[in-house]
Amino acid sequence: MIEVSHLTKRFGDFVAVDDVSFSVAAGECVGFLGPNGAGKTTTMRVVAGIFPPTTGVVRVGGHDVSRDPNAARRTLGYFPENAPFYPEMSVEGYLGFVARAKRVPSGERAPHVEKAIGACGLGEVRRRLVGKLSKGYRQRVGLAQALLGDPQVLVLDEPTSGLDPGQVTEIRELVKSLRGERTIVFSSHILSEVSLVAQRVVIVDRGRLVAEDSPAGLAERLAGALPLWVRADVDPTALCSTLAGVDGVERAEEVDDRVRLIVADESAIERVSRRVTEQGWVLLELHREALTLEDIFLRLVREPAQRIARDSERRA
Amino acid sequence: MTAVVRKELVSYFTSLLAYMVIALFLAVSGFYFYSNLSFFLLSGGFDLTRGLWQYQFLDMRQYMLTLLPLLTMRLFAEERRLGTLELMWTYPLRDVEIVLGKYVAALLVLALMLGGTLIQPLLLLPADVTLPVGAMAAGYLGLFLLGAAFLSCGILISALTESQVLAAAVTYSVLLLFWVLTWNEAAVGAPVLWVLSQLSLFDRLYTFVRGGIDTADVTYLVLFCAVFLAWTVQCLGSRRWRGVK
Repeated sequence: MIEVSHLTKRFGDFVAVDDVSFSVAAGECVGFLGPNGAGKTTTMRVVAGIFPPTTGVVRVGGHDVSRDPNAARRTLGYFPENAPFYPEMSVEGYLGFVARAKRVPSGERAPHVEKAIGACGLGEVRRRLVGKLSKGYRQRVGLAQALLGDPQVLVLDEPTSGLDPGQVTEIRELVKSLRGERTIVFSSHILSEVSLVAQRVVIVDRGRLVAEDSPAGLAERLAGALPLWVRADVDPTALCSTLAGVDGVERAEEVDDRVRLIVADESAIERVSRRVTEQGWVLLELHREALTLEDIFLRLVREPAQRIARDSERRA
Repeated sequence: MTAVVRKELVSYFTSLLAYMVIALFLAVSGFYFYSNLSFFLLSGGFDLTRGLWQYQFLDMRQYMLTLLPLLTMRLFAEERRLGTLELMWTYPLRDVEIVLGKYVAALLVLALMLGGTLIQPLLLLPADVTLPVGAMAAGYLGLFLLGAAFLSCGILISALTESQVLAAAVTYSVLLLFWVLTWNEAAVGAPVLWVLSQLSLFDRLYTFVRGGIDTADVTYLVLFCAVFLAWTVQCLGSRRWRGVK
């Protein structure tokens, strides 16, 4: 449904996206993961037909976005980051405009608008001005405009950014409910979010594609990078040196009154807790930390480089 | 394109901007009419076209310069600031449709604004005068074309910035320059003055206000609009190499 092949986008001397290729099958939901400035938004803008690639070919629904942008745009709904809106328009009025702009035939406009309002739970606020709505509702209006006209492809740029935790869950559930008949690409910089919603994850960093895998496969590749926080009723230095010797602990460091461990797998957690009790100490805190993007890049980007260095050392 | 026209009209009238601009124009041009009519009666003129309407049209021209940049200043600047332009680019609309849609909406407000002033000649009807209908139609055509030129210039400048205030200020300045282009006869030679007078936007109105339609003037004004609108479309296209912001 989406084919991106050797996409490069330059703005002057700045290379925003550098030779990125990936494809998304019909009905698939793909998460696009990367830190800010990785080229996620630029890639999505090219897919959405906002500007053509500098080199490379991008096809949406079989239409080349450079040659036939309007045909590609017709098959696609786009949600830009921060959900821009016209404050002076009502929800209904705005969606009516979008239906016209997307060239929904006049007789079908009203049912299409109704469908989008229903799917995004906007019934209660349909007559209110978009500018007067809460951020969560505005985000829903943004999703509703993307959904209008029943596009086969949805491109959602950070649909949960800037929301409070409750709203994040709501929007995430909404995106989940849209999976199935539609092809979805959505970006995020939170790994756990992508894992929850997507069937496949594409990771980009500094304009380049770093990894492409299923959430499970990714978790496997990230195994051995499980950060763990430990605190006990003992001097952290002693705790740190003791825990460093536990089987499966790859790294131990003292942070204030706690110790941060990097362990290879989940079985090491049990051994860590047992070692603390064996010493006669009382365990005050033991918790796993979600992998940060930084950790992920350490594993996926920089580790392979180290491995190559090691391999070449060995050969020498 | 009609989607964009409708959307712009809705936003003109819900933001009250269109009402404000039309109301101000009617009020001030009404005052001009009162003054011009008084002067006409005092001077005891007989020719309505030369004695009254000519001055009325020229006064309206001056006030249009003040008001019309307000109609165009937000057209693109506001969409850029809000980020909604990005969204518009993902709909199956060509850039030229977006530009023309906004332009047509502004033209409709202009037409409404000028249409409102038709009450002035209607006020004269009880006085049992014969209105120079043909000459007045020429005058209104000239005013409309001149207004259309102002709007095309304003729309281009609005597409260049995110700031509405800046868009209005630059539009005033550019239009003012087009007005005063021919004022400095002493400083430039005759050939240069000829070129400048050909370029001057405001001098194009003189034939119209006296009841004549010169195809050269019509061509110039239509070309002026076309050039500025095409330039605006080019400007939107610059996102290809400049990015969205």
